[in-house]
Amino acid sequence: MTASTETLHLQHADHQAHADAHGWRRWLYATNHKDIGTLYLWFSFSMFMLGGTMALGIRAELFQPGLQFWHPEFFNQLTTLHGIIMVFGAIMPAFTGLANWMLPLMLGAPDMAFARMNNWSFWLLPPAAALLVISLFVPGGAPAGGWTLYPPLSIQAGMGMDLAIFAIHLLGLSSIMGSINIVTTVLNMRAPGMTLLKMPMFAWTSLVTAYLLIAVAPVLAGAVTMLLTDRHFGTHFFKAAGGGDPVLFQHIFWFFGHPEVYIMALPAFGIVSQILPTFARKPLFGYVSMVYAVCSIAILSFMVWAHHMFAVGLPATAQLFFMFMTMLIAVPTGVKVFNWIATMWQGEMTFETPMLFAIGFVCLFTVGGFSGLVLSIAPIDIQMTDTYYVVAHFHYVLVAGALFSLFGATYYWLPKWTGQMYNEKLGKLHFWWSMIWFNVTFFPMHFLGLAGMPRRIPDYPLQFTDFNSVASVGAFCFGLGQLLFLYNVINTIRGGAGRAPARPWEGAHTLEWEVASPAPHHTWEMPPDEALVKKGLRAQLLDQDHE
Amino acid sequence: MNVENGVHDAHYFVPAPSRWPIVGSLALFLMALGTAFWINRVPGGNWALLAGTLVLVWMLFGWFGDVIRESQAHSYGLQVDHSFRWGMSWFIFSEVMFFAAFFGALFYTRVISVPELGFFSGTHELLWPGFAADWPAATAPKLDAPYQAMAAVGIPATNTAILLTSGVTLTWAHWGMVENRRTQLKIGLALTVLLGVIFLCLQAYEYHHAWEKMGLTLASGAYGATFYMLTGFHGMHVLVGTIMLATMLVRVLRGHFSTEHHFGFEAAAWYWHFVDVVWLLLFVFVYWL
Repeated sequence: MTASTETLHLQHADHQAHADAHGWRRWLYATNHKDIGTLYLWFSFSMFMLGGTMALGIRAELFQPGLQFWHPEFFNQLTTLHGIIMVFGAIMPAFTGLANWMLPLMLGAPDMAFARMNNWSFWLLPPAAALLVISLFVPGGAPAGGWTLYPPLSIQAGMGMDLAIFAIHLLGLSSIMGSINIVTTVLNMRAPGMTLLKMPMFAWTSLVTAYLLIAVAPVLAGAVTMLLTDRHFGTHFFKAAGGGDPVLFQHIFWFFGHPEVYIMALPAFGIVSQILPTFARKPLFGYVSMVYAVCSIAILSFMVWAHHMFAVGLPATAQLFFMFMTMLIAVPTGVKVFNWIATMWQGEMTFETPMLFAIGFVCLFTVGGFSGLVLSIAPIDIQMTDTYYVVAHFHYVLVAGALFSLFGATYYWLPKWTGQMYNEKLGKLHFWWSMIWFNVTFFPMHFLGLAGMPRRIPDYPLQFTDFNSVASVGAFCFGLGQLLFLYNVINTIRGGAGRAPARPWEGAHTLEWEVASPAPHHTWEMPPDEALVKKGLRAQLLDQDHE
Repeated sequence: MNVENGVHDAHYFVPAPSRWPIVGSLALFLMALGTAFWINRVPGGNWALLAGTLVLVWMLFGWFGDVIRESQAHSYGLQVDHSFRWGMSWFIFSEVMFFAAFFGALFYTRVISVPELGFFSGTHELLWPGFAADWPAATAPKLDAPYQAMAAVGIPATNTAILLTSGVTLTWAHWGMVENRRTQLKIGLALTVLLGVIFLCLQAYEYHHAWEKMGLTLASGAYGATFYMLTGFHGMHVLVGTIMLATMLVRVLRGHFSTEHHFGFEAAAWYWHFVDVVWLLLFVFVYWL
């Protein structure tokens, strides 16, 4: 750090003087974190609709046995694209969008650390989505080997696989740049007096998530690059006849894939840790232990990948190691669930829509966590691998976990984004509707899996019919219910239930509630003064020093 | 750096709306689509790839040009400088993980998959009678053509010496920067770029020799695949590092940078040292052992 303040003399004459762009330029050339956050969130929602439509295509086919609507090949394309689009197009960009919108506001920063690169992180997503959609229309169709892209299927597939590989390259590039931006913003842009152990929990989880992504997105890029060379340039990384091994791909993929699970879960933890204290009107219980739990989960997530591969013939010692490491993750996760419940304990709770989604998250994510614990037991997993039990497990974690937290976050921060209150009745209806139909859809899948129904199959024996029909009805109701959400958001933007004050939730004490609603285009151009920061920290019981 | 007691610029520099990111996205989209079409022999793919590459080059000149102009105008305060340092560090960490994937593939192949093909439960006797796993001589039960492995002596050892020397010349140049001895800076930086170019030429020659004379291709079993993948991606990184350092040389010749304000140079130097360390691992695990 050799730079002296004297040579780095600051200019700011023309700094904020540049006029904000209007029209299409505002969005295509954006360097404003709020605009880019908005782009991320709308993109994510449209991908959610696209991936959701594919899910309904899957459920329509599975409503009864026999082949109704699709060729089996197309059914497999649907499951594959549904997975890739929901993971990379819907969930991850939504969290990055929230981080974009909220981190500068919550940390008291004028923008993200690298505002121009921020724009590139977003604008790499639509081309990647376009490549995935184009893959449906090339000879051979879209990739159909599952979102995990296992060889040899992925080596034998048509050129749709190449488009998917390049889409993953672009998505990875976007993730890496977005994550570098988040890490740098959190580490370098916090308001005076806001030390690391005093920042909002959402900032902590965004930081750790971004760290995980920087660590594993390049590994996925490497894995699909080797697929590409195996497909077109004669290498034998994953071909036994040439000395390679298809299992090698699984190792590399899941070295990415398991941290990826936490990349989609940790930000949800952060959101819930913001919402619960607000509506319980109590500070977050066990703040520091929450931080340690998040960090422990992140570190452990690098050492559990082979629990996705118990059935491929690993040595028993490896199975034991990965089994026990996986179970160990239940400890920090349990700490978090305990702390959330303790936060609500004896709180003055009210149940606005964000709170409902947060509590729904805690209940259902825990169910998903428990079924994960069941699957972590190697001898049981060998029975359950690739059955609907696994499908039920990860949808409890990703739909009732990640997605519910995203709904909660949207209702929580909509007043700040739009300056209007959303329709509370409609929000509550959306919650209960989603809660009920989610369980109708996914709970029966546990039974189907235990009874032995394999995943990624367009047809099934008669004995699985009833539960499949129930799940399909649930899925269509759940899907339609999301239009309520879309309507509510649009309605809020157009005026909603009236103007929102700067602090619509009186139990919220983080910095984003100190600026007006809607948040002005530029906020915290000057760092907030320390007294203001301290005031919020005191209300969160974070003003004492942690030694 | 700025973790607990923050540095705060009075006005943190936030750039104006810029066209370069979306231009870069267009470039990468064209390159991705073009490459996918090209390798599947769809007409027009090569042209899309070429167009995308040209647009990417245009974008890089435009974007980095903006950054250099902003830097020369002293737009970047101390806090922005810290951001750049964090950003570059995490970028290099992502590159470490990228190479880790390929090193992981190498170790897995050498330690697990090839030996297992050689003795595991005798199955290979039925599939590939007579196959004896022997790294690097026979890493594949079925090969189209025989090949020779690359020795560590000769060009690889020379290249190791070249890269290590380039690390020294670069550090010498950095001293020149810090102590305001611009001639030393210019000579050191020029020597480093020259060593980088020599390294690349030698590696190109090595590849040519391996491909034509030794029968070593991408299809030469697990050995050929890991050899070319690891050394190839490293070579691409040397190319990028050389371009970065050459850019810095041009900037130095134009009188950019001061004794205290030269993070562009330092970032390129960090990158170069990273590429250097990766080479040492390559030399040990790909060429030597």
